[in-house]
Amino acid sequence: MDVELLSRLRNGNEEAFVKLVSWYQQPMLRLARSMVSSHAVAEEAVQDTWMGVVRGIDRFEGRSALKTWMFRILVNRARSAGSREHLNVPIEALHAVDPSRFDEQGHWADPVDRWTEHSDERLDAAAWVPLLKSALDDLPPRQREVVILRDVEGLSGDETCEVLGISKGNQRILLHRGRSRLREILDAEIERS
Amino acid sequence: MLSLRRKDLVCRQAVELVTAYLEDALSRRDRRRFESHLRECPNCSAYLEQIKMTIELTGAIEPEGLGPEARVDLIDLYRRWRGE
Repeated sequence: MDVELLSRLRNGNEEAFVKLVSWYQQPMLRLARSMVSSHAVAEEAVQDTWMGVVRGIDRFEGRSALKTWMFRILVNRARSAGSREHLNVPIEALHAVDPSRFDEQGHWADPVDRWTEHSDERLDAAAWVPLLKSALDDLPPRQREVVILRDVEGLSGDETCEVLGISKGNQRILLHRGRSRLREILDAEIERS
Repeated sequence: MLSLRRKDLVCRQAVELVTAYLEDALSRRDRRRFESHLRECPNCSAYLEQIKMTIELTGAIEPEGLGPEARVDLIDLYRRWRGE
């Protein structure tokens, strides 16, 4: 799919560009929004990225997926925009689970809830997505970037490392902390419901 | 993450290995220890299940459709660039 689309893009096919925009505008905006402090700055970074894509498409060598290449351009633009903003970086949690949940021997102090006991078999995604979206917004930026790329956009670990320019170990730790935090927030709400 | 010296995992250690386990990034030895802990610990099994559901639910977040204005802006941009 990439190959055909790519050759149409290179030939200046407007329809191909429109298709690309309709696929990736929102994912890019969401990723950019996770890296900078305002919607306006995020939009600017995405706009810049489209210019970078259009200008660079002839030089794109196809060694990575088109999406990976575009996301990498975006991360670079958003980072340089973000570094001008002097963000306050939240402190990252060190534990996957709040240490007070364990007893002195390191075993669970109270039973872990099986979420599906509260509903029939599956959780209703529509009911929890709004909570997850806001939880995602509250993650430290680097965790949020990794979780968005892996679990929302569905990139592989290797692709995520390439897009963000981080090591495999680092990617895994950020993913681990991000997912752990989302689980914690869901768990608290599901228990309450 | 954690370096594991003692033979048996306790829950506090096991939860730190969940992502590496799902990523298939544990050594064979650590993987065996993690899996044998899971077999004996219903709480950590439930925890792993919660993490899997979290991943599944996060995957259900979908991009909203592209607004018509943003699309028109971008097409404009593209035409201007191609016309340069």
